[in-house]
Order: sequence, then structure tokens, then C-alpha cells
Amino acid sequence: MTKQQELIPHLFRTEYRKIVAVLCRHFGFDHIETAEDIAGDTFLAASETWGLNGVPPNPTAWLYHVAKNKAKNYVQRHAIFEHKIMPELRSTAPVSYQAELDLSPQNINDSQLQMMFAICHPALAPEAQIGLALRILCGFGIEEIADAFLTSKETINKRLYRAKEKLRQEKIKIELPDVPEIDDRLEAVLTTIYLLFNEGYYSISHNKTLRKELCLEAMRLCYMLVETKATNKPQVNALLSLMCFQASRFEARQNESGEHILYQDQDTSLWDADLIRRGEYFLNCSASGDKISKYHLEAAIAYWHTQKEDTQEKWENILQYYNQLLQLEYSPIAALNRTYALSKVNSKEEAIIEAEKLKLTDNHFYFTLLGELYTGIDNEKAKLNFQEALSLAKTQTDKQAIQKKIAGL
Amino acid sequence: MKEFLLLFRADYEAMPQKDDPEEWQATAKKWQDWIGGIAAQDKWVAPGQQLNPGGKVVKTNGVITDGPYTEIKETLISYCTIKAESLEEAAELAKGCPILTVGGNVEVREIDAS
Repeated sequence: MTKQQELIPHLFRTEYRKIVAVLCRHFGFDHIETAEDIAGDTFLAASETWGLNGVPPNPTAWLYHVAKNKAKNYVQRHAIFEHKIMPELRSTAPVSYQAELDLSPQNINDSQLQMMFAICHPALAPEAQIGLALRILCGFGIEEIADAFLTSKETINKRLYRAKEKLRQEKIKIELPDVPEIDDRLEAVLTTIYLLFNEGYYSISHNKTLRKELCLEAMRLCYMLVETKATNKPQVNALLSLMCFQASRFEARQNESGEHILYQDQDTSLWDADLIRRGEYFLNCSASGDKISKYHLEAAIAYWHTQKEDTQEKWENILQYYNQLLQLEYSPIAALNRTYALSKVNSKEEAIIEAEKLKLTDNHFYFTLLGELYTGIDNEKAKLNFQEALSLAKTQTDKQAIQKKIAGL
Repeated sequence: MKEFLLLFRADYEAMPQKDDPEEWQATAKKWQDWIGGIAAQDKWVAPGQQLNPGGKVVKTNGVITDGPYTEIKETLISYCTIKAESLEEAAELAKGCPILTVGGNVEVREIDAS
């Protein structure tokens, strides 16, 4: 690939999301397709022109110049249409007739933030939020999004179409919420960001590069919130910390053949020390205010997982954080992880008693945990539990991990 | 699922005092582990608040006495809310409460849902 060809996809994604955010805000959800068309046309023009004449000396300025002109032409044509040809046809909100498109760094940042709040809205289904976020906030192509979700382009297009319709119906405004509402709305935004991160972290898609990008995109969005005074809240820093800690193990979680490597078997030299340091930095930043969010607790647990040595202190801390996390918000995985920590702090026998109270019999992780706890105490029972886990496990990755445990008995 | 109020009663004298940090820490852990166990079963609802010793009892005819009497050794210390399918299940969950190790007891009451 020539240098020019390499530059274009990265540049396109970075600049597409900036231009489309400004255009969306400029035209509003009633005309969001117009915004996307103008953005798309700009990059199409770039592909064609640069292919012939080479990449211009200042590609970003070129893109912004073209986008502004296309927006101006559209508005002028639309004005003529509405005022002179079909004035009766005014069914939707009028297109903004403001001066030219403002592509200053400040407005780009503001637009992206406002679009983030508009897209990460509880009125939309989670997949719709993530799909729109990937498209508009991250600049991903439809094909890439389909790849990430392991589905077809048609499905994604339909999902995005319906999402935009919903935003129109609900008349979601593209603006930063007022100070009293920010904490509430932030909750929805952080949920979406974390869902996006988990798509990359736990996804079964085989495109490792793409999955890593999803994680990095989620972190970038969260970082935007940290950099903005109005949204630089403790829980936002906590989430960013959590993602840094988890992302630090990205390279160690899979071997060359794509097999999943469990935490206890990972090569710690592959853990990204820089990301761990950043996680610690944001964890410290999050230690303000008087409210502990679930992200604080999860980040604290993730911090302890960056300490590989099996100390009593590590597991006691993890246990207590899970105790608190479960009181804030129950989840089966937290319950199982808490029980594992209990086995490390108190004893396997006590953990077995607690584990059997959980009765999460439709969850293969439940039986995997029981198998682990019984290992060394009653290997027959351990085997039975692992086999039950195997029958419930769905992905190849999970099945392989369980089979290894059975073999190790 | 029903909700239940758990009322913890004990002798204030028998409770670990705040001035012994190690004992305090150990007691805190026992409580957190017990609560965590309930939360892990998805049966936790909400914590209560710690009550200071002493207090007053207001009766009919404007009578106000000091109380509840701490000699009774069954003073209300605190409370919390959990959920369970039945009173029996709720009582079973209460069995692990650390207050029982200091001679206290747990009163389990179903909260009226209507």
C-alpha cells in the first residue's frame, strides 16, 4: 500500500466523525441523513480527487473546505426549493440557514459531546446506541460495524435507520444537558461507552485489530468526557481507569492460534505497563466527591488484578469490593467472582457452601466455579460440575477452557 | 419475592467498641461478608442506619421516659431490608448475622406490600 493509501482510512475515520458530528448538530435529527450524505460526499470527493491528483498538503483543511461548500450548496438549493417551488411542503423543521459550517476545534469538540449525549439516550435500545455511536461518534464504516457485531450490513443499516427514526420521534435534542441533569444523563452515556468497550473486549469476532479499536474508541470517548469540565466527574474517571486496566491485558488474553488464555495463565510481560499506569492515574482522579459508583468498585477490583501475586491482601480487598458492588448492583458474574475471592480469603470449603446457595444453574460459569472449588477437595464432584459447564457453554473459547480444566484434574 | 425488615438487637456493652481498631475492622469484615453473601444471592435490598445508644420513650399522657433501658440487653442497634420467597427463607438468611455471635438476636418481619 502506498503511503497515500495508508493515510486515507485513518484520516477518514478521524475526520469523518468530526465533520459528521458538526453537520448532525447543524442540521438536527430531522435532517440527519442530509448530514451523513454531505459527510459521505465529502469523503467520496476526496477519494476520487486525491486518487487522481495525490493527497493535498493539508488534507484536513481540504476536507473541511469541501464539507463547508457542500453544506452551503445544499442549504441554498433547499432554500430555493422551500421558498420558491414548494412552500406548502414544509412538513419538517426548516433547515438551519445560518452562516457557514463552523469547523473550529471548539465547535467540533462541542458537537461531538452533544452528539454523544443525544445518541447515548435511554430511549434507544442498547445495540442501536452502540451502532450509532460507532457510526457517528467513531466514524466506523457499515461493514466494520457489521463485522464487529457478527451480522450483515443490511441488519446494521436497518438498525441505524430505526435508531434515527426513534431519535426523531422522541425529539431528542442535540445539546449538553443542564447541570442538574448531567449526572443522570451521564449514567446512560457511561453505560453505552462501557457496552462498546465490552463489545471489543469480549467479542467473539475474529478480527482482533477491530476489537482492539472498539476498546480504544470507548476509551477515547470517555477521555473526551474527562477533558470537558462539565462532565469531568469522579465516575467518569473511574470508568476510564477500569477500561485502562482491562485493556492493559488485551495482548495477553489470546495466543497466536486465537485461543483464550485465562488470567492466571497469562504472560505478565505482555501486560501493557503504560496502560496500567494510566489506569492508576485515573483511579486517583476518581477519588473525589462523596459518591461511590459501581465503576469505582470495578476499577478498584481491576487495579488489584494488575497485581499478579496471590496475596491475602489482594483477595481480601477484592472480596470487600465485590461485597460492596453486589449491594449497589447485583449481577451473576459479580456474585460468582465474589465467591471465588471468598475461596481465596477464607477457604474453598466455605466458598463451596456459599456457591451452592447461588443456584445459577443456567450459567456455565456457575458450574465452572463449582468445578474449580471442588478441585483438590473432591475431584469426582469437580469433574461432574465441569461436565455440566461444558454442556451449557456455547462458544468454542469457553468449551476449550473447560476441557483444559477437566484434563488437568 | 417479598421484602423483610431485619431488626438487630443486642447489648451495646457486648458490641466491639470503636476505640479498638483491629477488633472493629474484624467485626466490620464479618458484617460485610454476611451482607455480601446475601447480595450475592440477589436478596439484598437496602442497608439501615446505625442507632446511637440511649434515647427516649414517649407514652400517652405526655409521659417521656429515658429508654429503651440498656439493662434489658436487647436494644435495637440497627436494621436492614432483604428479600426472600418466604419468612422461613428470610430467617434462614438471618442465621449468618454476626450479631448472633455477641449474644444478640435478629427479628425478621415481613413488609406489607399492599
